[in-house]
Amino acid sequence: MKIVLAGNPNVGKSVLFSRLTGVKVIASNYPGTTVEYTKGFIMVEGIQHELVDVPGTYSLLPTSKAEEVAVRLVAEADVIVNVLDATNLERNLRLTLELIRKTDKPMIVALNLWDETKHRGVEIDIEKLTEILGVPVVATCGLIGQGVKELVLKILQARQSTSKREHDSLWDEIGYIVKEVQTLHHRHHTFLDVVQEASIKPPFSFLIAAGVVAAAFMTVRFIGEGLIGYIFDPFFDHVYSPLMVQLSALLGEGGFLQSILVGEIVDGTIEYSESFGMLTTGLYVPFAMVLPYVCSFYFILGLLEDWGYLPRLAVIMDRSFHRIGLHGYAVIPTILGLGCNVPGALSLRLFEERREKFIAATLMAIAVPCMAQSAVIIGLLGRFGGQYVLLVFFNLFIVWFVIGKILHVTLPGRSPEILLEIPPYRRPHVTVVLRKLWTRISWFVKEALPLVLAGILFVNVLYYLKIIDFLSILFSPVLTKMWGLPKESIGAFLIGFLRKDVAVGMLRPLGLNVKQLVVASTILAVYFPCAATLLLLIRELGLKDMAKSIIIMCITAASVGWILNTGLTLMGM
Amino acid sequence: MIPLTQVEANQKVHIVEIQGGDQFLRRLENMGIRHRAVLTKVSERSYSGPVIVKSGHTQVALGRGMAEKIIVELPKPSPGT
Repeated sequence: MKIVLAGNPNVGKSVLFSRLTGVKVIASNYPGTTVEYTKGFIMVEGIQHELVDVPGTYSLLPTSKAEEVAVRLVAEADVIVNVLDATNLERNLRLTLELIRKTDKPMIVALNLWDETKHRGVEIDIEKLTEILGVPVVATCGLIGQGVKELVLKILQARQSTSKREHDSLWDEIGYIVKEVQTLHHRHHTFLDVVQEASIKPPFSFLIAAGVVAAAFMTVRFIGEGLIGYIFDPFFDHVYSPLMVQLSALLGEGGFLQSILVGEIVDGTIEYSESFGMLTTGLYVPFAMVLPYVCSFYFILGLLEDWGYLPRLAVIMDRSFHRIGLHGYAVIPTILGLGCNVPGALSLRLFEERREKFIAATLMAIAVPCMAQSAVIIGLLGRFGGQYVLLVFFNLFIVWFVIGKILHVTLPGRSPEILLEIPPYRRPHVTVVLRKLWTRISWFVKEALPLVLAGILFVNVLYYLKIIDFLSILFSPVLTKMWGLPKESIGAFLIGFLRKDVAVGMLRPLGLNVKQLVVASTILAVYFPCAATLLLLIRELGLKDMAKSIIIMCITAASVGWILNTGLTLMGM
Repeated sequence: MIPLTQVEANQKVHIVEIQGGDQFLRRLENMGIRHRAVLTKVSERSYSGPVIVKSGHTQVALGRGMAEKIIVELPKPSPGT
């Protein structure tokens, strides 16, 4: 039997799904976290059933690609578990009634976020609601697991609604039901209400936004550096290095296996950023350079997501995003993209129009560096001073804005407007945030590590077969004349198609000066998305739009590299 | 009868008309913004960003162009005041 969890966006379907199946999915406090479906299994009375978590939808007439997925899966379901936000009965009941009237499938209603009804002065008569809807109703709270057991027990009692309707019009019927089952108690404004209001109303909203963003970046940096300096570096230097030196001796220095697995050994120790062995640099880059920053980034992101700040940031940023043909909600794919472009690109499904999708995707691929890439840039340029790291990010920001502006002005059509539900603030649960962090980290290790290792292997093979030498001569006019880089840097640009972090890491052994490092790091971010992002974008945009996007990237990379090289040289760098 | 953009903050209003195509009406209706519904405006009239309204227990942000198309009327003052 196929059971589908259906409901409005941001009613807690994904949290409930994790509770019911044990399958880990990412959930947040803003509409649109789930854009694809996830399958899991639950046991009911000894029989295994398939349970599907689908994107939220407001009605059975979809308005975005994510909603289309939801509507399709509801049509395939044998049983529907309709999840409602109990504090928002009126709006949520619309989908419930649509499901009852249009699908005629066995259904059960879960009144989720039940714990929040109390402090909001909402009282719902569950028995009465059961009677009126003609399907079982269970009060649940996914976060703490309340009512989940009862929901499982009652899933088999799901039935087609037998109730007679009082009104033909949906909204009249909803009005009638709400009047019958819900009592509202007057409630005084709380401190949280005041904060909530201040964070979307100027002038405080801008101050709060600046504070939150600055604090988030500083904390990410602080935790990332701390993890590297106190845990990962000491481990690799003192514990792992001696092992590798022994292994190297065992394999015989200079041999093929030795150079692929361990790589160069200088003065009896391993320089992790230069040796380029699969077991040395291949593990050091993902684990000691990238992972600490990925951890700290996703920890902070998780807190922001669950707290519910991101939709407010979207509202505050709305006007700025309109200048580049997007609206405020684009802040969410952008922030997700700063972690990894893949989930960032996936979240573009929430956009309705092809034009805004194209602009957002192109800007993300060009100017939003993922955390893996940023971490290596910080590692590489940070040694020369934080201002050079900032310079790279500043360059990318300018590129982002200028390309956005150009696309907005030249592409036909106009930018759509924001229409976004702003959820209430919720206090993040530490265990939930940590569990989400763990899910994302395991995803990163699983997805990234094989590609990093493949990249390093690939580098070795290319050098071994002298292909790099050949290509470096071929591309040397662009590299040396336009960008002021040594022709050997072609290796980094080749690997950049696969993994950006390894590519930036490959700049280190080339002995570049600061200016060249800034130029190369910026171009590496701009010129092409990594393989994983590319494949996803082709799927989301289609081959034709993606081809256009790639042409824009290449032109941008060539000109940005040239402008930066010329400009920085003139400035005496 | 005035467009939603012209309403002062914290004012409660009745929607009398929404101008626009089916798709537009449907998207607003999804958020509880529909003909005859009662809203409370949250954002200031002078704020040039999106208009924020409270509909039921939900806050919704909508673009100014959308808000221009939502025509509302202020509730009649109750007798005796």
